[in-house]
Amino acid sequence: MNGSHSVLPGFRLSLGLGVLYLSLIVLLPATTLVLQASQIRWSELVFYFTDPRLLAAIRVTFLAAICASLSNAVLGLLLAWIISRYEFPGRRFVDTLIDLPFALPTAVAGLTLSALFAKNGWIGQWLAPLGFEVSYSFVGIVLAMTFTSLPFVVRTLQPVIEDLAPEYEEAAECLGATRWQIFYRIILPPLMPALSIGSALALVRSLGEFGAVIFIAGNKPFETEVVSLMIFTYIGEYAYEAASAVAFFLLLTSLLILLIVQLLQRRYRARGAA
Amino acid sequence: MRISHSHLRRPSKSAWLLIGTGLLCVLLLLVLPLILIVVSAFSSGWKLFVSNLLDADMLAAIRLTLWVALLTVPVNLVFGTLTAWCVTRFEFFGKKLLLALVDTPYAISPVVAGLCYLLLYGNQGWLGSWLDAHGIQVMFAWPGIVLVTIFVTSPYVARELIPLMQVQGSQEEEVAVLLGAGGWTLFRRITLPNIQWALIYGTVLTTARAVGEFGSVAVVSGSIRGQTNTLALQVQLLQQDYNAVGAFTASLLLACIALLTLFLKVLLEYRQRKALKV
Repeated sequence: MNGSHSVLPGFRLSLGLGVLYLSLIVLLPATTLVLQASQIRWSELVFYFTDPRLLAAIRVTFLAAICASLSNAVLGLLLAWIISRYEFPGRRFVDTLIDLPFALPTAVAGLTLSALFAKNGWIGQWLAPLGFEVSYSFVGIVLAMTFTSLPFVVRTLQPVIEDLAPEYEEAAECLGATRWQIFYRIILPPLMPALSIGSALALVRSLGEFGAVIFIAGNKPFETEVVSLMIFTYIGEYAYEAASAVAFFLLLTSLLILLIVQLLQRRYRARGAA
Repeated sequence: MRISHSHLRRPSKSAWLLIGTGLLCVLLLLVLPLILIVVSAFSSGWKLFVSNLLDADMLAAIRLTLWVALLTVPVNLVFGTLTAWCVTRFEFFGKKLLLALVDTPYAISPVVAGLCYLLLYGNQGWLGSWLDAHGIQVMFAWPGIVLVTIFVTSPYVARELIPLMQVQGSQEEEVAVLLGAGGWTLFRRITLPNIQWALIYGTVLTTARAVGEFGSVAVVSGSIRGQTNTLALQVQLLQQDYNAVGAFTASLLLACIALLTLFLKVLLEYRQRKALKV
């Protein structure tokens, strides 16, 4: 069916203006980056991507983002589960507050977390004697990434948990299943699609996170520098080519992860329909 | 916007353990930071808080932030609604591509977004050099900040509207057209009342993000004190100046906007639920 056959008005107007808007705002700037990156010669590309400082930043970023997504998978599952299953005082309050990381500007989140977990901070002072440093270390990066992407897992899981009938768990319990068996065999399988999609979204967000991370990371070269900061540094040095190369790499990685998410979603949906 | 409520159960003894752990995490990660912001902003008394707030650079940052939000929100409101109308009411070639384009800003790191605009509008960029020749400066000035903010916040309105408009379908609108309603009447009398709460929530989200955007703005603003410094950049600037109280004062303003956003979300979801039941 073609849009112009519908009785509803405004097809040409909305399509025309929508396409124009998205082209100007999204497509044109993104294309500029791709064009700029495609003009870089191979030898220079090799030069940029063999810089040990950049390689260290890439390693730190991916490792921290994966750690953050995994801890989000666990914490998000816990929070989504208690919010959508149990009636307890403060449930609505917790449900609302889950969105705080999306609403709070990343700079504010970074500043506050770094103060909270610093050696003399409210939480950091209890961790410091245990030899556990959070602010200005790798753990701090993980913490900041976990914070900013917390809502993804919770919000993708919630509707699925609400649709999950408790009868299966009760039946399993009657048949003598242990708690662990119930969780592993009954509860987890139907949640896996949403859990993996939510974690993948959190991963993409964490890979590109800038504001929250730079406040808490300490930004020591080779140790606690992230890729987005490297791009920012290149821009500050007017090294636009290097910045474009790394930015293009980051963009491709994010799009690849999102593509995998799409394929996963399609596969799960096909299986659900069968 | 989620609209569902289902079987909540009374927690068993072992469930309380889970709830306790969850509440502790929420307390440490979400509640304590908010308390810390308030306490730190007022840690040197009211007087310093007020003088930090009335500092000329801070006021300039607040003015610029509001100005950016004021220009960004209407643009994304209008075009987001148009895009949502287009993809939920018509079938056409390339629709999937258009939807992918709507979501693209979600996948792009803020710094990369800033770089894209810098390459296009900077004085080395092809559009930028033309603008430069005509005496128009986009980068390291407020127009650049507005442009990246529009980019970063462009998915919010459309993404709020699309699922809702898909669920609602177009039957009511088709009936209205067959009864002779014109385009504007149709939108004002049928579509708008159906989507108003989601539309307002999309606007709230756009505003919140526009006010607090950091990474992309940091790239294109040039951070000139009192001129191209937004409130989020001011937080960083004050922290670098070792003015912690000032940084937390700016943070408090931004946190208040975030809390207001959460409050409006609850309110608007409630209204949307009521509207769907009627």
